[in-house]
Amino acid sequence: EFRRFSLERSKPGKFEEFYGLLQHVHKIPNVDVLVGYTDIHGDLLPINNDDNYHKAVSTANPLLRIFIQRKEDADYSAFGTDTMTRKKNVLSTVLRADNHRKKPHIVISMPQDFRPVSSIIDVDILPETHRRVRLYKYGTDKPLGFYIRDGSSVRVTPHGLEKVPGIFISRLVPGGLAQSTGLLAVNDEVLEVNGIEVSGKSLDQVTDMMIANSRNLIITVRPANQRNNVVRNSRTSGSSGQSTESSLPSSTPNIVGNLLQGEEESDEEDIIIEDSGEPRQIPKAAPSSESIESLSQIELLHESTQNGFLPSSEVNLNHSSGSISMEYEVPDPGRKSLEEDGTIITL
Amino acid sequence: QTVEHGFPHQPSALGYSPFLRLMAIGTRSGAIKLYGAPGVEFMGLHEENNTVMQIHFIPDQCQLVTLLDDNSLHLWSLKQHGGASELREEHRFTLKGPPGSPPSATQITAVLPHSSREVLYLGTESGNIFVVELPSFRVLEDRTITSEAVLQRVPEDNCNRRSCELVEALQEHPKNPDQILIGYSRGLIVLWDLQNNKATHHFLGSQQLENLYWQRDGSKFISCHYDGSYTQWPVSSDNRQPEPLENTVPYGPFPCKAISKIYWQTTKNGLPYIIFQGGMPRASYGDRHSISVICGSQQTAFDFTSRVIDFFIIFTSEPTAEFDDPSAMVVLAEEELVVIDLKTAGWPAVHPPYLASLHCSAITCSHHVSNIPLKLWERIISAGSKQNIHYSSMPWPIDGGTNIAPDPPQRDLLLTGHEDGTVRFWDASGVCLHLLYKLSTVRVFLTDADPNDNMNTLGEDEWPPLRKVGTFDPYSDDPRLGIQKIYLCKYSGYLAVAGTAGQVLVMELNDEDAEHVVDHAEADLLQDQEGYRWKGHEKLKTRDGPVRFEAGFQPFVLVQCQPPAVVTSLALHSEWKLVAFGTSHGFGLFDHQQKRLVFVKCTLHPSDQLALEGPLSRVKSLKKSLRQSFRRIRRSRVSSRKRRGGSGNASEVQEANARFDQDTLQEMELAPVQRKIEARSAEDSFTGFVRTLYFADTFLRDSSRHCPSLWAGTNGGTVYAFCLRVPPAERRMDEPVRAEQAKEIQLMHRAPVVGILVLDGRSTPLPEPLEVAHDLSKSPDMQGSHQLLVVSEEQFKVFTLPKVSSKLKLKLTALEGCRVRKVTVANFGSCKTDDYSENDLAVLTNLGDIQIISLPFLKLQIRYPCIRKEDVSGIASCVFTKYGQGFYLISPSEFERFSLSTKWLVEPRCIVDMPEVTSNNHVHNKSGMENAARKS
Repeated sequence: EFRRFSLERSKPGKFEEFYGLLQHVHKIPNVDVLVGYTDIHGDLLPINNDDNYHKAVSTANPLLRIFIQRKEDADYSAFGTDTMTRKKNVLSTVLRADNHRKKPHIVISMPQDFRPVSSIIDVDILPETHRRVRLYKYGTDKPLGFYIRDGSSVRVTPHGLEKVPGIFISRLVPGGLAQSTGLLAVNDEVLEVNGIEVSGKSLDQVTDMMIANSRNLIITVRPANQRNNVVRNSRTSGSSGQSTESSLPSSTPNIVGNLLQGEEESDEEDIIIEDSGEPRQIPKAAPSSESIESLSQIELLHESTQNGFLPSSEVNLNHSSGSISMEYEVPDPGRKSLEEDGTIITL
Repeated sequence: QTVEHGFPHQPSALGYSPFLRLMAIGTRSGAIKLYGAPGVEFMGLHEENNTVMQIHFIPDQCQLVTLLDDNSLHLWSLKQHGGASELREEHRFTLKGPPGSPPSATQITAVLPHSSREVLYLGTESGNIFVVELPSFRVLEDRTITSEAVLQRVPEDNCNRRSCELVEALQEHPKNPDQILIGYSRGLIVLWDLQNNKATHHFLGSQQLENLYWQRDGSKFISCHYDGSYTQWPVSSDNRQPEPLENTVPYGPFPCKAISKIYWQTTKNGLPYIIFQGGMPRASYGDRHSISVICGSQQTAFDFTSRVIDFFIIFTSEPTAEFDDPSAMVVLAEEELVVIDLKTAGWPAVHPPYLASLHCSAITCSHHVSNIPLKLWERIISAGSKQNIHYSSMPWPIDGGTNIAPDPPQRDLLLTGHEDGTVRFWDASGVCLHLLYKLSTVRVFLTDADPNDNMNTLGEDEWPPLRKVGTFDPYSDDPRLGIQKIYLCKYSGYLAVAGTAGQVLVMELNDEDAEHVVDHAEADLLQDQEGYRWKGHEKLKTRDGPVRFEAGFQPFVLVQCQPPAVVTSLALHSEWKLVAFGTSHGFGLFDHQQKRLVFVKCTLHPSDQLALEGPLSRVKSLKKSLRQSFRRIRRSRVSSRKRRGGSGNASEVQEANARFDQDTLQEMELAPVQRKIEARSAEDSFTGFVRTLYFADTFLRDSSRHCPSLWAGTNGGTVYAFCLRVPPAERRMDEPVRAEQAKEIQLMHRAPVVGILVLDGRSTPLPEPLEVAHDLSKSPDMQGSHQLLVVSEEQFKVFTLPKVSSKLKLKLTALEGCRVRKVTVANFGSCKTDDYSENDLAVLTNLGDIQIISLPFLKLQIRYPCIRKEDVSGIASCVFTKYGQGFYLISPSEFERFSLSTKWLVEPRCIVDMPEVTSNNHVHNKSGMENAARKS
């Protein structure tokens, strides 16, 4: 079902009241629901306390899309970074949960953070001595914050031990994303960048590769400290882990490439501004799945008279001086007037 | 890689074979290049990469010997292989003395290939002359002429041991191959009889000897000396110890510099030519690089722009001729080759067909135009020929070998822009890069230097009679004049040239001299934005009133950007009569028909202060130079430690080395070369820098109507598209051209946009302006939907038009870690059939690789390593042609040409035939050069 109603932005009230309001609007007073909203990056994020409720309302621009699900049908994996754009079918999964009923998740707790900043991935297919780390730069203000250097590492080859040139992490910037994850450390050897092996590449090449992938950087490292490795006991357990492993080809880069394909697409939607219109993200030319508009949603309209675009004819040329920036940035209320310039969004 | 054009970098030796009529040039990097008739070129490289000190052709052979600075001798020969001649190294040899002898004992100072072609005489620092057999380089020890043997046969009263140290010159008697003239450094000259092993004559010079030269009949010879004098000596059978005939100091009486080489050439009319290098008065002209030619009362000191490496004289090669009759003098200076016609009165220079000094003023940019229409070609040549009237009409005297390469299939022009504000037009069709025409933009502007200042004004009675020759002039009067971008429309003859101080000139080809006013406009790219202050150079001042222009390209419009930053992109549309230009601040469009500025667009990001502060180069180079100086400090610290470690005894050395290793290790730990990994943000510098401009007639607004459009790409990954309204031809002067911004695309990866291209309905790139009108291209397909290709340094992306939906992409950097430096559409034809050709992208990356990427599917076809990745200037200078060839600078003075297409190959293919050797040939010493031993 689809509801649209307004809310006072300045006085959003408490989460409990809002929850009640939702139950009232939908006439489901006794049903436990899970509330989520799409943030400016298109991520589906939960609303379950006062803090994230206020955050959600403050980012309304001016519409706020709220999704509610029955708690028993809820798919928790839908929450997180890039969820909306990464898988176009996330929402349909959310909404058609009973059609595609998956294994019920064991709920430990709700995600406490709004979005992940990093993760260790592909643990099941990598050697234990390696670690594949994904850094989610998108959406965070933190710099990636690390440096790499040339060095040499020892490899086992048919001719015995051999010294080969390698790339290492040389420094972590305090307060940077890399440091805050705790997954990367100085002297870790970089083996792959987004599925591409770095051996045989120069420091500058690897630098360029990392920067080119900075929005969705996945680096495979051999940690200098091997004591914190994930210990797998797939060989003894005989669980699904082993079967997965045996079915996978030994060359991991291909897998990573496939795995990343879908995610990668989302990270680089260029912005196009038409002469008279507002910026939009460049759509895929290929007819993709149905757009978000077709989904059931609640649009929360907040009351503000200053919204609405100026007619393009009144655009002052001076405003076009600044180049446009990311169009989904959190708008600063103090600079509202700049934002609503007809042809170009200025921040 | 096919052929090198231009002048060899750092030449170090010169040789000439009058028999083959080939010239050889050796360089400091160990390259050896042979040149004959235009198109006849050979190249060889010594493995050692050591400096080539001397080059000597073996008389009457297709062979030559080179001496390197490591004292090794190398024998090269020209052999026919597969229908063409090739230069190959045959043998190498290093002269070894008896064990325990000092290295100077075998240090070769003079080389004499004997006319018997069987032996080489090698003069050494020790004074001994070694004889080696050819081609095996076997030392014939029994024939060595030791300095002791010479001393025994010379009366002892006026000689001592030291007079036989260091052989400075070795010369074979021109009529009697059994006699050689040996000149020792201290002044003693001995005529040695090889048969009887004795000195027939000896000559006592009082001055330190530099060189020797025989007169043609062998009755006299001439010696030149360190004090700037030369001496003639008679050789007669009755006097075993003759006195000098004549001793002259040509530029005395004040102390003079050494005369390092001398020629004595006889002529029919009796007046001999004396030609010598150096000898200038030490105090006032000691810094000149001169060669003087004296013939009777005529005397000229040719004043070269750079150090003279060596020279030779071309004279009659007829062995039976009675006189030398010199025809030309060929001088190899450090930066250029100059040939003087000695037969024509006034001794004019000869215009060389190759070995042009590309760098006579530093090259700042280049532009290539393929397939020039004959009409334009002829007009450029005729404009150029008017500039070359002071050259001699003599045919090129070095004409050995036969060029068997097929004629170039089309006429290609390479335009180079130079620091001094000139544009040079080179014929790049074939193997010889030949200067056609030189255009100067200086006249439009007021500069400190007066262009009417004639360098060649010389009073009649001035002494020494210096005359400047050569074109090398690296000193620019005003760096703002430098040319940065060139665009030539080959159909209309319109030329747009843009420079360092934001100047854009539009020119037209005119076959006559003309005097006219250049229309002048200013383009304020900041559009009155507040708070910006330009700290760079001022704009150029223009000359008021009409200016006289010589025949050729004459400017009629000047647009000056404000602030006067370097023009970073330029596009000309000759059909619409529009020129677009961009700097680090924005871009503008100018209507050169109505002479009206259509619009300007500021691309500056408000936070980008760097772009405002001044010339880009300065900011960047300051950063760079700081970094470099830190590195240098570090390196020098390391090396000084190394040196300290080298002194002292063995154990100390070891200890020091160990300490040093540890230190360097520590140092490496402290300051490793590291790179920061950070996403590009909108606040990066120079985001507004306009990298590329492109005109296209395409579907910008809707899919039913196409219209002219202008596209601009910036360093920050933004693409702007403007819709243009160009009035039809009949109302072109009456209605203004209008422009309206239609689209703006921000690439999320924010890498600099280096290329924009529109593909038509058949996925073929849109033709150049006027190409269709001249029936040289199919008209573009306007039925099917057009596509837009945006090339950034990191990615290739194809968008649909007019909706701009992303269709395809190739993420080059993410996959390979390389970045796009240059990109062009190249047409690749099949070498088998004429009817197949395809368009692909030729891409040069920052690693110096060249990649071919297919259109429109963006598939990587092939990759070649081409330029070393450290060679930043080589990569920056690279220019692709429309048919899959390219050029890049391998040194400031040389272009390397390469070809990616099997159909278009320009490479030297030539044949050198052994001329008939007549039986009496070896009796005569025909070649001065072969035997001219040079001081090493």
